[in-house]
Amino acid sequence: MTTVPITLPKNYLNQDYTLWSWLTTIDHKRIAWLYLVSITFFFFLGGAAATVMRLELATAPGDVVESETYNRLFSLHGIAMVWFFLVPSIPATLGNFLLPLMIGARDMAFPRLNLLSWYLYAIAGVFALTMVIAGGVDTGWTFYTPYSSLFANGQVVLAVVGIIVAGFSSILTGLNFIVTVHKMRAPGLTWMRLPLFVWAQYATAIIMVLATPVLAITLLMIALERILGIGIFDPKMGGDPVLFQHLFWFYSHPAVYIMILPGMGVVSEIITCFARKHIFGYDGMAFALLAIALIGFLVWGHHMFVAGQSVYASVVFSLLSFIVAVPSGIKVFNWAATLYKGSVSFETPMLYALGFVGLFTIGGLTGVTVASTAVDVHVHDTYFVIAHFHYIMVGGMVMAYFGGLHFWWPKMTGRMYPDVWGRIAAITIFIGFNLTFFPQFILGYLGMPRRYHTYPDEFELLNALSSAGASILAAGYLLPLAYLLYSLRWGPMAGPNPWDARGLEWTTPSPPPEHNFDRIPIVTQKPYAYDVPKRDSDPA
Amino acid sequence: MPGTDTQESIALLPRASTLAERVDAQFFTLLWVDALMVVVLFGLIIGFAVYYRRGTLRNRVSNAPQTRVEITWSTALLLIFLSIFAWSAHLYVEASSPPKNALEIHGIGKQWMWKFEHRGGQREINELHVPLGVPVKVILATQDVIHSFFVPAFRMKQDVVPGRLRVAWFTPSRVGRYHLFCAEYCGLDHSRMRGHVVVMERNDYEAWLAGFTGTESLAAQGEKLFSQYGCIGCHGPGSKVLAPGLGGIFGKSVPLAGGSIAVVDENYLRDSILAPEQQVVAGYQPIMPSFAGRIDEADLMRLIAYIKSLSAPQGAP
Ligand code: HEC
Ligand SMILES: [Cu+2]
Ligand SMILES: [Cu+2]
Repeated sequence: MTTVPITLPKNYLNQDYTLWSWLTTIDHKRIAWLYLVSITFFFFLGGAAATVMRLELATAPGDVVESETYNRLFSLHGIAMVWFFLVPSIPATLGNFLLPLMIGARDMAFPRLNLLSWYLYAIAGVFALTMVIAGGVDTGWTFYTPYSSLFANGQVVLAVVGIIVAGFSSILTGLNFIVTVHKMRAPGLTWMRLPLFVWAQYATAIIMVLATPVLAITLLMIALERILGIGIFDPKMGGDPVLFQHLFWFYSHPAVYIMILPGMGVVSEIITCFARKHIFGYDGMAFALLAIALIGFLVWGHHMFVAGQSVYASVVFSLLSFIVAVPSGIKVFNWAATLYKGSVSFETPMLYALGFVGLFTIGGLTGVTVASTAVDVHVHDTYFVIAHFHYIMVGGMVMAYFGGLHFWWPKMTGRMYPDVWGRIAAITIFIGFNLTFFPQFILGYLGMPRRYHTYPDEFELLNALSSAGASILAAGYLLPLAYLLYSLRWGPMAGPNPWDARGLEWTTPSPPPEHNFDRIPIVTQKPYAYDVPKRDSDPA
Repeated sequence: MPGTDTQESIALLPRASTLAERVDAQFFTLLWVDALMVVVLFGLIIGFAVYYRRGTLRNRVSNAPQTRVEITWSTALLLIFLSIFAWSAHLYVEASSPPKNALEIHGIGKQWMWKFEHRGGQREINELHVPLGVPVKVILATQDVIHSFFVPAFRMKQDVVPGRLRVAWFTPSRVGRYHLFCAEYCGLDHSRMRGHVVVMERNDYEAWLAGFTGTESLAAQGEKLFSQYGCIGCHGPGSKVLAPGLGGIFGKSVPLAGGSIAVVDENYLRDSILAPEQQVVAGYQPIMPSFAGRIDEADLMRLIAYIKSLSAPQGAP
């Protein structure tokens, strides 16, 4: 048999193969890859820390690592996962890659700024790794004072500087997204014709730009307090440790939405495509994204119901937290309604999207539980809270990220991965996830506090279960790494639009040419113009 | 039965305070509401996904009244959420302040242990004995970082923040021995900052208190400190310095220089000793020196207990 060498048309990948061309690229699609590779590294680093933690927690006594090590592990896990994986995950990879393609633009508004964002991220990453190599920190990702400012003896300054730099990276990304969406839309692409993915990135970008500076200032104050002893969080010098919590959560609650809104955007794209239907309630969905982003700024005090803030402040924060849950609820209902009278198929991205909806629902409902003041007094700082936010962050965002990666992988690489393996991985992750985190809800209700290296014996059974689940989850996460890499080389050609999807990104070749579109498209209709056949089975 | 652990099974967390019943009622109601919503939503999603799966012959003509449907479920959701909010906030506000007649016990958290001192001066570490059926108010301080006083069986938790006194209170409703955890991460041995709360019948509790010998009440210890630290030179009877008398001030309001009025509670007394210049009593010169850094939390709590024990001087209102 003779093989005919296929020469692919020039695209953004085969343009130039040198490392230098990658490190100096200002192509948003290549920058997306720079991010993809770097955040994957941090995902597995944070995951490795979690693996050792679950190993330790499988039994009640502290027998695998020392307390010191354990404390450094959970701090590393939190810092790596929040700032080096979750915050940049969908925005900096899929967002970077897709935003210009989805709005019919040739690049971001500020391509060089975009590259600078990645370099800032890389510098931040170097700080973080230096911090780890120099011994790490044991403050937790929350850096509560006065422990972090006066007592902890790890590399706190290195850690906070790293996070501040990472913060600037996400501010610049946010800025770029906002300007791009305002200024670079193709002719005819009005706001109400934007795909929800773009709306989600836009809402996220607003939070990034408005909230992250507060984080930078707050963490800077910790560094100053450690180096110069300015005393702003030190009661002995008239400072207030609780002030730190206010400032920290003023960023970190909205940051929770940085870590979930992009996922909601991804899922809206996937569900419409695999149900072959227009999204149910487009206006409501877009509005809900913005509402969540804005109200999300007013609920930070729900982290402090037992920290001694005024009772009435707590009640108001609780009320606002219930209100912010309503738009999230609307979204879940609308996704369900989108399936109604659709023509549903279950390829890998759809399995992840459905998994997202289910796990996000559980995370959201238990969020309502912890927003209830009297109940939160009991479950606050226990494993109940751990389970709750992992259902949102991992069950939600990571599922959405994987779903998005599988959905747009053919666009990004031009290749298809083996769908069977994709489905196996999706189901493994779903099962492993629930086994890991569901027992933690029960542990939390029973009173097991978070950040415990050792614990009373009666919590052992549930912890062992959770650790067993974690091993399945870990296997589930390694699978895509294997078959996605495999597909890069051996996957069949995908063609421009393997899912028969509707967005503008599917109208260019896969992988897209460097300039995205030969001719800038003109948009004449709303997104998700899937036409479901009316009265019989779908021929698709 | 003190001595044995009442919490050896994971089956159910004991409800050992009057609050526990009420919190559990809310928790489990919420659980059922959640379960119902999960069943409905998952039912819809799985139902639709399977029924309308590709390749099946179905009527796919959709004429759902979109806006009406959306408004209906948003309002329903909002109403459900608001009622949960109100129910929970009601309990939270009600449980936020202890009754006046509560039994007072002082507690100090430090890396990595809990120390308690009863009124009569009985001290214990990582154990707290309390009587059944009596409201107990634990006045908490921390010597270093933030800790959190958490008794799952009481469904009660209170952070203790440096620089402030905090109150944790509960009415034990079941005899037994229950976990006491530190719930706020506080460094190296955070997970070993655990102890037990032992709920005893009232007579047993009295007998237990009486079993201590050679203890001196908190107030009596405070009285000694009062002269040791030289407070008496200004505040004592016959002092030449113009300083306010401290008898009977606890619970009263005092006018401050600058026109505001402060209610004398534990935190006010604490602040008056550590940062007197911040709350100067009207009509006095700010000559009281600050004792910050010179008196530790344990002595502070004794001084406060002493001042609280003082009665108003004869003839005063
Ligand atoms: C040098 C004299 C002096 C000494 C020593 C002193 N005080 Fe005072 N104290 C004052 C004066 C004067 C005031 C009223 C002005 C003010 O509030 O600062 C006062 C106010 C107070 C108040 C507030 C009283 C109120 O009515 O609100 C308390 C409580 C108090 N002192 C406790 C103490 C204790 C406890 C000590 C010892 C640790 C102490 N003081 C030592 C002079 C003194
Ligand atoms: Cu929050
Ligand atoms: Cu502690």
